[in-house]
Amino acid sequence: MSQENVKTVDTARPVKRDEMSKWQWTWKEIKRNKTAYFMVAPFCILFIVFTVLPVFLSIILSLTDFNMLQFPPNFKGIDNYTRLFLEDEIFMLAIQNTLIFAAVTGPVSYIMSLLVAWFVNELPPKVRAVVTLVFYAPSISGQVYLIWKTLFSSDSYGWANATLMKLGFITDPILWFEDAAYVMPLCIVVALWTSLGTAFLSFIAGFQTIDRSMYEAAAVDGIKNRWQELWFITLPTMRPQMMFGAVLSITSSFGFGAVVDALCGYPSVDYAAHTIMHHLSDYGGQRYELGYASAIAVVLFVIMYGSNILVKNALSKVGE
Amino acid sequence: MAKEKYKKLRTRGHRVVLNRSAGGDTGITIVLSILGVIMFFPMYYVVIQSLKPLDELFMFPPRFYVVSPTFDNFTELFTLMSDSWVPFSRYIFNTVFITICGTLGNLVIASMAAYSLSKLRFPGRNIIFQVIVTSLMFHSTVNTVTHFIILSAFGWVDTYLSIIVPSMATTMGLYLMKQFMESSVPDTVLESARLDGASEVRTFLVIAMPMVKPAWLTLMIECFKGLWNAGASVYIHSEELKTFNYAINQILSGGIARSGAGAASIVIMMTVPIAIFVINQSKIIETMGSSGMKD
Repeated sequence: MSQENVKTVDTARPVKRDEMSKWQWTWKEIKRNKTAYFMVAPFCILFIVFTVLPVFLSIILSLTDFNMLQFPPNFKGIDNYTRLFLEDEIFMLAIQNTLIFAAVTGPVSYIMSLLVAWFVNELPPKVRAVVTLVFYAPSISGQVYLIWKTLFSSDSYGWANATLMKLGFITDPILWFEDAAYVMPLCIVVALWTSLGTAFLSFIAGFQTIDRSMYEAAAVDGIKNRWQELWFITLPTMRPQMMFGAVLSITSSFGFGAVVDALCGYPSVDYAAHTIMHHLSDYGGQRYELGYASAIAVVLFVIMYGSNILVKNALSKVGE
Repeated sequence: MAKEKYKKLRTRGHRVVLNRSAGGDTGITIVLSILGVIMFFPMYYVVIQSLKPLDELFMFPPRFYVVSPTFDNFTELFTLMSDSWVPFSRYIFNTVFITICGTLGNLVIASMAAYSLSKLRFPGRNIIFQVIVTSLMFHSTVNTVTHFIILSAFGWVDTYLSIIVPSMATTMGLYLMKQFMESSVPDTVLESARLDGASEVRTFLVIAMPMVKPAWLTLMIECFKGLWNAGASVYIHSEELKTFNYAINQILSGGIARSGAGAASIVIMMTVPIAIFVINQSKIIETMGSSGMKD
């Protein structure tokens, strides 16, 4: 904040800071910028009501046994959390599945976005536009992932079963989405297929904005091949885009619940693809144990936030 | 790709290319082609499925092409849904209505906020922006439960408002808009408008907004993507308020017999966002150029 204030003084605004106390100055600035607050207000109000407030409400409710019916709810301390971690076996399974899911789809989709964007960047502009569309289309086409259900359908009309049967690997069709062994890997594949989204576009744009002369200078300085160029020149220049992409990849790697629901049904067979999201909607949407559901939400929130911080720290080492 | 060797320098077209080996180019082309086919195949297959007549849908093994393409599946879709409880057109209307209201609302609210956060210096703006960036870090589904409580407090459960209003405060569009304004609207232009006596709101509308047209489109597409693809909302119970995506799921749950109609509905659904993206691709990429996050 203080940096901002100094800048304001530099541009010779009517208020001089050193003539008054910090609070007086802030108050003057607030009054001077009335319009700014009016313009930011509608968004902020909605944002607070629908994003900030829910987070805090979750934390508070997670300490109670709130169920929409009894009011006021009883204060339960950390009971919900001890129940979650010590008694709820399905939750443990859900955490495990969520982490596997996120640990595979997050990094793989991130690296895939980055590499594909890098490859695409070498193409001539017209071809580049087409190839970008091919890779980006699955992520904007909504429920198009349902086609995987046809491709991997449980009868012999599905492409996967038909091919395997024709080649003689299997004699009976495999029940892809009803077999605990296949559910998770298939969901991961489908999730990855839809994962080249906004981060991917951001990378493509990032590669295009890099100044050509940097590569020429690098070549003179002894950069020998494209991989060195990528690591020492391109990626460090792209760091802001990489941060942005990382945040998006992590966020979406935790948000593939809808894909799983649509493909495997809910609940999935043997809870093989049961994630924290599902556990949340189970307790929140079906059993109306909102206090307990809030505790699940808080755990998920902490996991998401924590992984973002970890990845941000790791990314700051790129190109060093 | 023209490969002329001149003093060991490779060129593409007329431009000298440094640090690019022919082997690497080939390898990359192969990898990209394989990945491209994997990405493209399911999309292609939906379209093919939607054009297959019934006998071809039930063919073993399934074909990757259509012998006698037909639009029967599309017409069947309408007859199938015309005898459902809620007319098919109602689902489409719901999706279109929700998408338009939410997207326009988001455009207006987020652009104002983005202008304010990027071009006006007022106490608190950094904190506001930090909180918004933090919100990009978690998926909104975390808030499903508490959203429900808040929406029922407003009495909005089972109304369009339960979907439209929260979507107006989507942060992604605001974030992209703010970053783009910062990099492409020069302060000097705004300053001279103010010196000429324009109010802040006028400066925003007449000077700043026309300069960030690419960002409008991007913001609209980001918001559109979410709303258009919104499935069955947990806050909506009435059949006549449900979205097209929900209807698609109903059709597809009919099993193999409906796979043609299901594919047809998916094709209808995906055509719109893809068309919008194709038309605006260069503008979106332009906006994304400034999407970076400073740490």
